[in-house]
Amino acid sequence: MSTAAVEPRLKRTWGLYEVYIGKKLVMAGTGVVLVLYIIGHLLGNLQIYAGPEQMNQYAAFLHSQPGLLWTARIVLLAAVGAHIWSSFLLWRDKRRARPIGYVKKDDIPASYASRTMMWSGPIIAAFVVFHVLHLTTGDVGLGFQPPTAGPTGEAFYAYENVVNGFRYPAVSAAYIFAIALLTMHLYHGMWSMFQSVGISHPRYTPLLKSLAHVFSIAIAAGYISIPVYVMIRFGVK
Amino acid sequence: MNLILHVWRQKNAKDPGRMVRYEARNISAHMSFLEMLDVVNEELIARGEEPIAFDHDCREGICGMCGFMINGVAHGPERGTTVCQLHMRHFKDGDELYIEPWRSRAFPVIKDLVVDRSAFDRIIAAGGYISVRTGSAPDANAIPVPKENAELAMDAAACIACGACVAQCPNGSAALFTGAKIAHLGLLPQGQPERDRRAVAMVVQMTKEGFGHCTNIGECEAVCPKEIKLDVIARMHRDYLHAAWTGRQKPGFREDQPAEEPMAGNRR
Ligand code: SF4
Ligand code: FES
Repeated sequence: MSTAAVEPRLKRTWGLYEVYIGKKLVMAGTGVVLVLYIIGHLLGNLQIYAGPEQMNQYAAFLHSQPGLLWTARIVLLAAVGAHIWSSFLLWRDKRRARPIGYVKKDDIPASYASRTMMWSGPIIAAFVVFHVLHLTTGDVGLGFQPPTAGPTGEAFYAYENVVNGFRYPAVSAAYIFAIALLTMHLYHGMWSMFQSVGISHPRYTPLLKSLAHVFSIAIAAGYISIPVYVMIRFGVK
Repeated sequence: MNLILHVWRQKNAKDPGRMVRYEARNISAHMSFLEMLDVVNEELIARGEEPIAFDHDCREGICGMCGFMINGVAHGPERGTTVCQLHMRHFKDGDELYIEPWRSRAFPVIKDLVVDRSAFDRIIAAGGYISVRTGSAPDANAIPVPKENAELAMDAAACIACGACVAQCPNGSAALFTGAKIAHLGLLPQGQPERDRRAVAMVVQMTKEGFGHCTNIGECEAVCPKEIKLDVIARMHRDYLHAAWTGRQKPGFREDQPAEEPMAGNRR
């Protein structure tokens, strides 16, 4: 064994978080968790096109696995918390870096998405809170139907609730706006996280960038299709 | 050609400073931007006013002394150019130009367009070197270096430490500069023994100096007169994480090894 001193791992991990690269690592790791959720959630939502039967059964299936459901919820909540906290600390540090601004400043190649990460984030978070109150707990109302006890366990009305909710143009508009911001957030975040943890390659990084762009737009198209479909098929209220 | 200039004038570090309007008359298209300022200054001196102070030395684009913002772009509108190599033919008669110093907490203004960039020196002092025995120079080709690495190291070594990357970055980050130095030495065999130590020490010093952190926006890359690529920042992060992972270096702030004059640039 070498005799070189090695810092204990816990202390090292903490030291890493002190410097911005450690916080970026947390941003990237939690970002991956959130992207995976965004994909899974979209796949669940797209079942709306298979009709009420399919979608409500899927909801009942998820709720029949309380262990799994709560694990997912806790992991997600932890990821969101760590993502927000790290970004807050990073934002605080960089805000100090230029106390006196420019009279005139030009942003040359910076994409709109890359410069707006810090406010697209909080707006998306605020929307998610509304979204959960609307379609998970039903606190927003809007004709929310809570689950009822049926002959084969609880019956869920996910399909009806989504349809009822999205028939309000204001709800749909808020949803589409939040998804648009999410798209921008992913547009920059999904390649940026690789760069931040030190993964860069002359050939694959441009490819990764395009992939992130295509992917974020595909996700947006999938999500936005739902309120549009509801409003066209069932009419607005 | 005639131009209208709005120049940041600030007597000393304590003075709050302000923008002052000047007219630059009879400017030749063949002059460099600094020569244009020389003409303005001669007129100011003739009128008994204080000339505009700006940093410069080689005027060949190689020393890294010059640099300021022209209409919100570091080193002006031409890509891959320092202000000393920027020619007036890129401007039109009647143009209105805003000229400001680099803005960063770590680069306090000393006078007019001159800023104190000693924060960069302290980042270099923290680890931007290799420890070798001087005196007997080894044979030039004694250590083989792969061609690609030699090229990449050379590209990174082109950084002239002008500070444009910091000035342009919306976060005031010095990641491109520090990354260039870490990539340059980390790509060569001579840089290997101190690679972990270097990455940690330089990143920590950069953070301590009060620079912001990189959010991969890419404005630095666009204004860098030496066209250093964002890739060097990924290399820096990779080296840093490697050092943290192997644990030979404590990755956080090092109480045991205080950097020389930490934040001295900010005390002024
Ligand atoms: S990386 Fe480019 S812009 Fe930054 S200090 Fe070096 S030469 Fe100047
Ligand atoms: S004066 Fe030397 S680089 Fe401009």
